[in-house]
Amino acid sequence: MAEDEALIAATALVKQFGDFTAVDGIDVRVRAGEAFGFLGPNGAGKSSTMRMIGCVSRPTGGALRILGLDAAKDGAAIRARLGVCPQQDSLDLELTVLENLTVYARYFNIPRKVARARAMELLDFVQLADRAGDKVEPLSGGMKRRLTIARALVNEPEIVLLDEPTTGLDPQARHLVWERLFRLKQRGVTLVLTTHYMDEAEQLCDRLVVMDAGRIVAEGSPRELIDRHSTREVLEVRFGNDPLDGFADKLDGIGERVEVLPDRILVYTGDGDAAAAQVHGRGLTPSSVLVRRGSLEDVFLQLTGRTLVD
Amino acid sequence: MAHPTALALEFHLVAYKRTWRSSVFSSFALPAMFLVAMGITVGHYIDERSTSIGVPYLDYLGPGLLAATALQVAVGDSTWPVYGGFHWTRVYHVMRASPLTVGDVLRGHLAFVLLRVALSSAGFLVVLLLFGALHSWWALTTPLVAVLVGAACAAPCFAFAARATSDGAFAVLFRVAVVPMTLFAGVFFPVESLPWVARLLAYVSPLWHGVELSRAATLGTATAWGVPAHVAVLAVWCAVGYVLALRSFTRKLGD
Amino acid sequence: MVTTLIFPRAMSRLDHRASGALSVTARNLAAARHAAYWWVLLSGFVEPLLYLLSIGVGVGRLVGDIALPDGRLVTYAQFVAPAMLAASAMNGALAETTMNFYGKLKFMRIYDATLATPITPMQVSVGELIWAMCRGGVYSAVFLVVMAALDLTTWGWALVALPVTLLVGFAFGALGMGLSTLLRSWQDFDYINVTQFGLFLFSGTFSPPSDFPVPLQILIEVTPLYHGVALLRAITTGSPDWTVLWHVAYLVALAVAGLTMASRRMGVLLLK
Repeated sequence: MAEDEALIAATALVKQFGDFTAVDGIDVRVRAGEAFGFLGPNGAGKSSTMRMIGCVSRPTGGALRILGLDAAKDGAAIRARLGVCPQQDSLDLELTVLENLTVYARYFNIPRKVARARAMELLDFVQLADRAGDKVEPLSGGMKRRLTIARALVNEPEIVLLDEPTTGLDPQARHLVWERLFRLKQRGVTLVLTTHYMDEAEQLCDRLVVMDAGRIVAEGSPRELIDRHSTREVLEVRFGNDPLDGFADKLDGIGERVEVLPDRILVYTGDGDAAAAQVHGRGLTPSSVLVRRGSLEDVFLQLTGRTLVD
Repeated sequence: MAHPTALALEFHLVAYKRTWRSSVFSSFALPAMFLVAMGITVGHYIDERSTSIGVPYLDYLGPGLLAATALQVAVGDSTWPVYGGFHWTRVYHVMRASPLTVGDVLRGHLAFVLLRVALSSAGFLVVLLLFGALHSWWALTTPLVAVLVGAACAAPCFAFAARATSDGAFAVLFRVAVVPMTLFAGVFFPVESLPWVARLLAYVSPLWHGVELSRAATLGTATAWGVPAHVAVLAVWCAVGYVLALRSFTRKLGD
Repeated sequence: MVTTLIFPRAMSRLDHRASGALSVTARNLAAARHAAYWWVLLSGFVEPLLYLLSIGVGVGRLVGDIALPDGRLVTYAQFVAPAMLAASAMNGALAETTMNFYGKLKFMRIYDATLATPITPMQVSVGELIWAMCRGGVYSAVFLVVMAALDLTTWGWALVALPVTLLVGFAFGALGMGLSTLLRSWQDFDYINVTQFGLFLFSGTFSPPSDFPVPLQILIEVTPLYHGVALLRAITTGSPDWTVLWHVAYLVALAVAGLTMASRRMGVLLLK
């Protein structure tokens, strides 16, 4: 891909805190209009990367160009064109819901009248219009997150950065957030998000990188990654409370690959039902059997030997 | 087996181990600095003229500041920490889950506040001794006076803090009650020179009575209204405050 | 030709920077409109007035007249009032830029969101200071009105004194903000409080520094509030001389140093 096509171009990007290397030389290109994800467990370096892209953290090494500008030099100019939804809601509890947007808009030098009109529009968009005059404190977690997203949109940004947009939300609230983010994507806004939920990555991302210990271990669309690093189906078998170590040998040869986890065994295969029949055929009686499609969780497990959510 | 109130007190003593350093600073260093700034330098100008107060200004101011410190410590320790006991650390609710009664919880904390008052006044007494501001053996009773003033101020504050809906009220309490009392209730100059409305307010305030008692003790002189009258006024503040506090605590902790 | 090209651009950049800082001030104004905060704000200017009446008038009756540096005799209330004014400007500015600022920085984490926008740490510092000045300016104005009404200064000198109180506030506000970025916990505020109280008592507030032994006198004349007190006393008693320039220079330097430190440290803390 040509350099000028990329809205975000990181080359050999490094972030160190003292002796600790949080981001260890990553290369990333984000194109206009796509939803790009950083998938990885806690501590993989996703948030550090996001903070560098948000120009609130100076890269220790490598090059980072955003919207054609140098992140190290033109931070303020870049930030003017970004929308940021941080991992922890940093809403202003001393202000009302509406003021959180209008006050924030002033930081972008948006005229008061425009700011107010846009804020009302955004509250409509995130379905908080009826709470405009309320204080922020009593809002639910999902509402706060939606308000934070609205705040990130107040300057009509070209790129929206979302750090763990649905972490800590209940399932219903998550779906509402996903649905709003999907609308944004439809409008052509470039989304960059981090997540350690594979379902979130699959739902939202056109393309993603899998991060582990500060490095990128794989890159592609969710489908490509699953095709490349997992199988079409996965058989999950459990054997009650029995220790699982001995079962690896007994299941050997079934499917393409067998993975023993502390609580269950995963059998990677093109045909889950057939594999299940084979398990029973060997005289084994699992306490539970589940056939599902291969997922990004399996991709991560295959690439790093660890699960995403621990 | 220790008395349950003593158990509640013990909790506060343990917690105090962590913060005593900074509280010694503010309850002891601040009035001592005031004593130097006002008593010595300004006192120098006052003592040059023959004035109505009859003793060196430092000796006049010292016992007044001692009582004012009791007021400051008592109010400071019975507002934010009490509010915190209900809303922040929620330690009162924790105590109520044990066999302690509401009365034990209240008295335990009140006893801790009075202990703090007694300690800071004893410390301040030593400062006064070093400055040569003590003229009578009765001065040894000033920690008792301080505890009485402390109880008279702390008890109603416990009631106020238990009913407060926001801790912002306490900053206002300091501004409308504690600071005016400190400045006008006879600590720095005789209340006789106040306009009559202000003087009436001073007579009602617990601090003026404390200042009178404390000053009489360190100088070995008589008080304005006689010792029993001052003690009686302070006792009324204590009793009314305690009843209100117990009622507020009972309502909050549900007995 | 060159100036016509560069000047408007420089002006618009300056304007842009100032509007950034003002948007931070506007945030505080919006927050102040809510709830019990007004009570705290309003009751703030009462305290120095009470001190003036108690020490200036009440104790003043015992003290009588006192000599200014130039030998002129003034009443004790006239002597103490400008010191209360300076101390009130200091206290008002410090209240906003230590406790409140620290709360926003570390506890409410307001600036995490602010700095994700084009706003820079310097704009946050300046914006917060402007807010502190708005608040302090109102207190000072009320105090000056009372002083003039009680005949402790003239209306003319009171008018001159008002901007000077803002300078005093600005200097202390900047200093306080710089110090707050160094604090680790609320407990550390006890040290600020004690220092603040020490400055209040020993800055030539209640008696001239010349009453102290020479080493202490020198120490007093190095500390910042002394310069605010001496400056305002020279103005409200209507006796300014060349030394006021030195006091002004000291306060300006303090403001610049405080601001620089505050914005640098904020950058270190928040833009890791």
